[in-house]
Formats: sequence, C-alpha cells, structure tokens
Amino acid sequence: MMENKLDGNAAAGTLQAIFPFEMTLVQATCAGCGTTNALGATAAYMHGMGTIVRCPVCDTELIRVAHVKGRYFLDMRGVRVLQISAEA
Amino acid sequence: MERRTLPGRLTWQRGEVVATEQETARAQSITLALPTWMGHRAGQHVDVRLTAEDGYQAERSYSIASPPEEQPRVTLTVERLDDGEVSPYLTDELRVGDKLELRGPIGGYFVWEASMGGPLLLVAGGSGIVPLMAMLRHRAAVGSTVATRLLYSSRSYADIIYRDELERLDEADQMLEVVHTLTRVQPPGWTDYHRRIDTDMLREVAWPSDQHPLMYICGPTPFVETAAASLVTLGHEPARIKTERFGPTGEA
Repeated sequence: MMENKLDGNAAAGTLQAIFPFEMTLVQATCAGCGTTNALGATAAYMHGMGTIVRCPVCDTELIRVAHVKGRYFLDMRGVRVLQISAEA
Repeated sequence: MERRTLPGRLTWQRGEVVATEQETARAQSITLALPTWMGHRAGQHVDVRLTAEDGYQAERSYSIASPPEEQPRVTLTVERLDDGEVSPYLTDELRVGDKLELRGPIGGYFVWEASMGGPLLLVAGGSGIVPLMAMLRHRAAVGSTVATRLLYSSRSYADIIYRDELERLDEADQMLEVVHTLTRVQPPGWTDYHRRIDTDMLREVAWPSDQHPLMYICGPTPFVETAAASLVTLGHEPARIKTERFGPTGEA
C-alpha cells in the first residue's frame, strides 16, 4: 500500500475517536529529540494498516494507531509527554 | 476567546444531502443538513465514511468550505480523484436526499476566526482553497476588516474553484486582495502570475515579516512545503505559519 504523507490534522479524526479532546492542539514531546510540537504540525503517514504520526524535527515515530476489528491499537512509545489542554 | 466546552470523543453522524453544486470539472460542493452538528470553526475538516454492501469501509478527510454562520448546514467541496475510493462516489453518484456518514468537526490547529486578527495571508494550491474559503466566507459573514491576501495557485482558469465568488469578494472589499497564479494554461490577456509559487512570488504578495501576519497554507504536500520554506526564507516566524497538506490519494 502506498505511503501517503499528510500532517497531523489528517490523523486527528482517528485520535479524537479515542480521546475526548481536540487533538491537533495537543503538544507531544518527542522521545527521540526532545522537541515539543502540536500534533497538527507533525507529519502523518496514512497506510492501509493505520496511521503513523512522526516528529517533524527528527522523524521519530511518535504515535502509531490502527483500528482493526473494532479495536484500537495505539503505540505511543515515541512520545515522552503528551500535554492536553482541558479547556480546548 | 470564549471558553469552549470539551468536544468529547467524536462519533459518526448522518447528514442528508440538501444541495450539490459543480464548482469545476473536477470539484463538487455538497451541502449537508446535520441535525446534531455541534458547530465548527473556519478551517476545520470532517472525516467521511462510506460503507459498501459487503461491509468494507473507507474513510477520507474533507475540509469544510462553509462558514460557521451557515450551520447546521455544512458544505464540503470534494475534488474528484480518478483512482480514488471515495471521491468519485461523492462527486458522481451522490444525490440530493441521500444520506452521508461523517464525523467532525476535527482540528483546532488549522483554524482562523476573525477575533484572531491579522494581517492574514492565505496560500492555496488547487483544492487547498477549500478550508481557506471557509475563512474568507467567515470573514465576510461577520464583516471583518482584517487585512487579507489570498494567493491561489491553479492549473488553469477553468480549474479555479469558487472563481466568481472570489472575484465578487475581492471587488466588494478594499481590505481583501486575491491574487491568482495559473501554472499550466493561461487565458489570453492574463495579467496575474503564470508559474508555480516560489520565494519571489511570495516576497511580492505576502505581508512583510515585520507586520507579523498569520499565515495559512493548504495544498498538496510538495506545494505546502515549498510555500512554507519560502515564507521562512523571507523571515517569517515558523510558529505563525499553519499548514494543511493533502497527498495525491489523501483526498483532503
């Protein structure tokens, strides 16, 4: 399946089906390089199997999310800290 | 800015198609009535889900073209991609009265509302105009006088989405300037640009960096990356440049 580079805005619908927050403004600190970026400013790669959100600075995989047979699989090992505003 | 209630987890909702309009040979606007719509802001998008008879589902993101002021009606503009799984159905098969399943609004990052001020620079490539049009329509609907420039790249005159409406908005508003570039074919007597967007073009059209404009770029990934890099080269703060990309099969 072709890899399709978009940005974190494109991954937001899936993430917001899991988290009850506006996800493009959520700040993620990269476990690879330590920079903090809004998810809306990250790079997202949409595959047939799911979505990979990468750090815009060092390309580390921040979040991998797949939705298979009614179950979400969420791998967030690339995120050191996720800052979510509770007053979106 | 007023305090907003938490959006909550997104769920799918069904809307009824109440109008369709052919914008160009490839782009179609679809207006939906959404009884449970919670309201949106200009620049946000929705995910559309189609379900085949065998249960196979395909989801794509589409930008909202209509301003918040028209809710609970929401208009999407969809560009037909010949090898797409979703867009040919939306542009060719969908009829008034049909139901469509979607979730949204999505995104708070690529959003502009009049209270955020300006000056405002909007840079659109092809159907990347759609979320920027929601911003221009919102700006007009609330009577905003925020100084605004739109640089819009299309392949040809016939490919310019919302061409007549943009011309009307441009003529009616001293504070709005619409500049086109046509990258492949230009009609006789064309006086706007006729090449791909580059740093020289943005130097001429964009606000000087010392005016600290808010900048929104939407288009195919290479277009967005070129425009954003050019604006940074011209001295603009990266944090004031918001981008939204769509890929060749992303159908955003």
